[in-house]
Amino acid sequence: MPGKLSDVLAHAVLVITLPPLMLGVINKTKAAFAGRVGPPLLQPYYDIIKLLQKGSVFSRTTTWVFRAGPVVGVATALLAAVLVPIGGRPGFVAFDGDFLVVAYLFGLGRFFTMAAALDTGSAFEGMGAAREATFACLAEPAFVLGLLALARASGSLSLSTMLGSGMPFVWTRAGASFVLVAVALFIVLLAENSRIPVDDPNTHLELTMIHEVMVLDHGGPALGLILYGASVKLFVFAAVLARLALPVGIGPTWAAWGIAGLSVLAIALLIGVVESTMARLRLTHIPSLLVAACLLSVFGLVLLVR
Amino acid sequence: MNEWLVVGGIAVAALSGVPGLFIARQKATGERIALALLAIATLAGASGAAHALVASPHGSGLAFRWPVPGGAFRIYVDTLSAMFLLQIFVVSFLGAVYGLAYWKQSEHLDNGRKLRLFYGVLTAAMALLVSARNALLFLAGWEIMALAAFLLITTVDQEKEVREVGYIYLVATRIGTLCLFAMFAALFALRGDWNLEGPLDAHHSLAVAVFLLGFVGFGLKAGVMPLHVWLPGAHANAPSHISAVMSGVLIKTGIYGLVRITSLFPSPPMWWGGMVLGFGVASGVLGVAFAIGQHDIKRLLAYHSVENIGIICIGLGLALLGRALWRPELVVLGLGGALLHVWNHGLFKSLLFLAAGSVIHATGTREIDLLGGLLKPMPRTGLAFLVGATAISGLPPLNGFISELLIYVGLFRATTHGPGMLWMAAALSAAGLALIGALAVACFVKVFGAVFLGVARSESTARAHEADSRMVVPMGVLALLCAFIGLAPLAVAPVLDRAAATWAPEMSTLLSRSVVLAPLGWVTVVSLALTAAAFLGGNWLALRVRAAPAGVGTWDCGFAAPSARMQYTSSSFAQMLVGMFGWALRPTVHGQPPHGLFPSPGQFQSHVPDTVLDRLLVPGGRATERAFHRLRWLQRGSVHAYLVYILATLVWLLVWHGGR
Repeated sequence: MPGKLSDVLAHAVLVITLPPLMLGVINKTKAAFAGRVGPPLLQPYYDIIKLLQKGSVFSRTTTWVFRAGPVVGVATALLAAVLVPIGGRPGFVAFDGDFLVVAYLFGLGRFFTMAAALDTGSAFEGMGAAREATFACLAEPAFVLGLLALARASGSLSLSTMLGSGMPFVWTRAGASFVLVAVALFIVLLAENSRIPVDDPNTHLELTMIHEVMVLDHGGPALGLILYGASVKLFVFAAVLARLALPVGIGPTWAAWGIAGLSVLAIALLIGVVESTMARLRLTHIPSLLVAACLLSVFGLVLLVR
Repeated sequence: MNEWLVVGGIAVAALSGVPGLFIARQKATGERIALALLAIATLAGASGAAHALVASPHGSGLAFRWPVPGGAFRIYVDTLSAMFLLQIFVVSFLGAVYGLAYWKQSEHLDNGRKLRLFYGVLTAAMALLVSARNALLFLAGWEIMALAAFLLITTVDQEKEVREVGYIYLVATRIGTLCLFAMFAALFALRGDWNLEGPLDAHHSLAVAVFLLGFVGFGLKAGVMPLHVWLPGAHANAPSHISAVMSGVLIKTGIYGLVRITSLFPSPPMWWGGMVLGFGVASGVLGVAFAIGQHDIKRLLAYHSVENIGIICIGLGLALLGRALWRPELVVLGLGGALLHVWNHGLFKSLLFLAAGSVIHATGTREIDLLGGLLKPMPRTGLAFLVGATAISGLPPLNGFISELLIYVGLFRATTHGPGMLWMAAALSAAGLALIGALAVACFVKVFGAVFLGVARSESTARAHEADSRMVVPMGVLALLCAFIGLAPLAVAPVLDRAAATWAPEMSTLLSRSVVLAPLGWVTVVSLALTAAAFLGGNWLALRVRAAPAGVGTWDCGFAAPSARMQYTSSSFAQMLVGMFGWALRPTVHGQPPHGLFPSPGQFQSHVPDTVLDRLLVPGGRATERAFHRLRWLQRGSVHAYLVYILATLVWLLVWHGGR
């Protein structure tokens, strides 16, 4: 059901503003580990604004599908972002099975991103698309299984109830299971958003394996949309994970929203730490990592057998 | 009234190809008459079925005395029958319109008339069997359908491959019919007559025989893994509009049979549902895995039929579990999802086969790795294929998502509130469904990318042209129907609720509406928002990049001279996934990778044969044949030896009889 107007506004503000800041936090963390000053926290905003103002070049090989990729990517990510609850406050709308809609919206975004990559006719981008498709096949079941464990524990099929105000209470009953699910969802987050150890977002060109290689030929406004869409997707996963990992009770509204924003940024910090302390896995080992995520989710479910 | 319309439609459809036989084969008059008759048949049959869906919840029927021993000519159109009838008539008619340009009489003098004759017969036979309520009438329809389909698959019987797949189909359908004979015999023993009506006792030992024989018999037609062996070859080698009808409609008669037979038993044992669910997940995952390994666009689509039959079976299995455990909501969601997926698959799979047919017509090849860049010369066909590909991948805002959502929500409900094994099975099935969805996305990105995007990989592809409007319009209609169900699922929800009540009449007062159980209204909201956002964003970007310079090449990290051969092919796209499923797919790989500092030319070829057919059944059949060679000495060809056999048999019979 739709929430209060103030909640809707706060939600919208967080969805629109926070995602690029997460990228800033990740980069700042990595810089701190490397002993650098690093780019300003707001650098991703500057990048996106700069890109949106630039001109474009399109290969003669490409068709409208190439342009549809970034647009569908942003549209699906934003829609998913208004469906997920943030910090225990329900999303714009909440209904049974909404987490499935979120998962399939990302599926649609992925479909068009990969199609846009193949539209260039370049072997590089085809390679990226093939890898994205392959790893998604393992990440998707892990995500659904993890959320099924949450659904089983909370007795609800809606994200907003699963991760709602009853969360602290459910934690006391199903804590062990939630720890496993949280780890599984963190792996899914890293894989879906092409972070280390699955992919390295900083190595452009040849060393990049998945996401960046798919968008090599995009430039200007299209690339700006892709950058923003990817950050919103990261934000959605982080919002779910943050609520699961930090199920604190809810104080006054402003405090709740503040905690929500900070916990999402804490996830960004965690990603930054992982990226600084780990190396990228070999491509052939990534399926094992994702299968591990699936198994963690299944164990999370098994722990709920009563 | 409805049943008379349907019977009239069946009669007209059956005769639609007949006038053409008396018209000179060079003239187009015959094909026009056939299409006009089929249009009349569709108008009558589909309006009868639609009226039955909307207006008469309990259905209506007619019965004649019949000189055949075993009962009456009984036709009954209830919601279940009407759902299948509507699909049979609409898809067959659209396929026939497409066939007007795809299989022109003037270009196919030797087989055009045969094709149209049996096309009408096939349509009529399918419609007959789904409305028959007498086992013998059902079998008559079933057999006519099977034989008409055989004659359609072997339309181009000059080719050896076509004859081979036709033969495999014939063997498979004969075995299936044999099982159905046995099943109906068991049903007769259970009921005492040949009527297909419940309720029957599911815990009778014969009921188990009915279920198992029905599952094999109908499963062979539907293409449940591992009974799918006939399907890929037959779909690949038939003319494309025949493949569309076979994959979209014909294999669904197997599902109809399963739904009808299971509807007769009010309290099925748990294991029925568990078995259908298990085979559903296996079919779904392995079907799409085999699809990923294919190079032939029509074979690939055929394996996706196996996958989608799997999804339908997951829904049906869930409904059976719900019926066994007296959980009405699982019945509504499971059966509703399964039947809606029957409709949806009928729409998007026919659409995909027709679009594939246009591609083959324009380029002359089914080999995906020879195609490429077709979206530019064939924009409409490409868009139609994209709609079908998005829909079959189960993505919003199209129809495939709706039916998968219903099944998912059913599985979730079984997970959150369910006893013992049920919820674990449901959770794993939901994960399986997620895997199927992601694999389908991978597969259709591969096909759409390799066929329509990039640049042409062969000369004939580079010369491709857009299809005739008589081929484009049926595709457009199917694409619009996909979008309609996707955007307005509430319009079809009442039909599904009624179908659930028809299937499980003992629960009909307890069944709540699927609208209450699944978020269909919200899905519409989200889908509309998505469409609007994509439209606005697309327009914004289009305006923003208006001034982009034209005619530059792909940047590709600065490589100056990319060629068509350097594109990622469908085989390379699928390589990792085929490797992951290597345990089931058993790909055969040929070629030498390049090595050394100054590498010599390398090559790589992979081919995924059908594991069940090519690695199990064919070698198994050969081995059996060899084993029987050992008995050849019995057959000497001398009368004396045979007389000795007869004598020995007689003596043995006498001794045996005397011993009792």
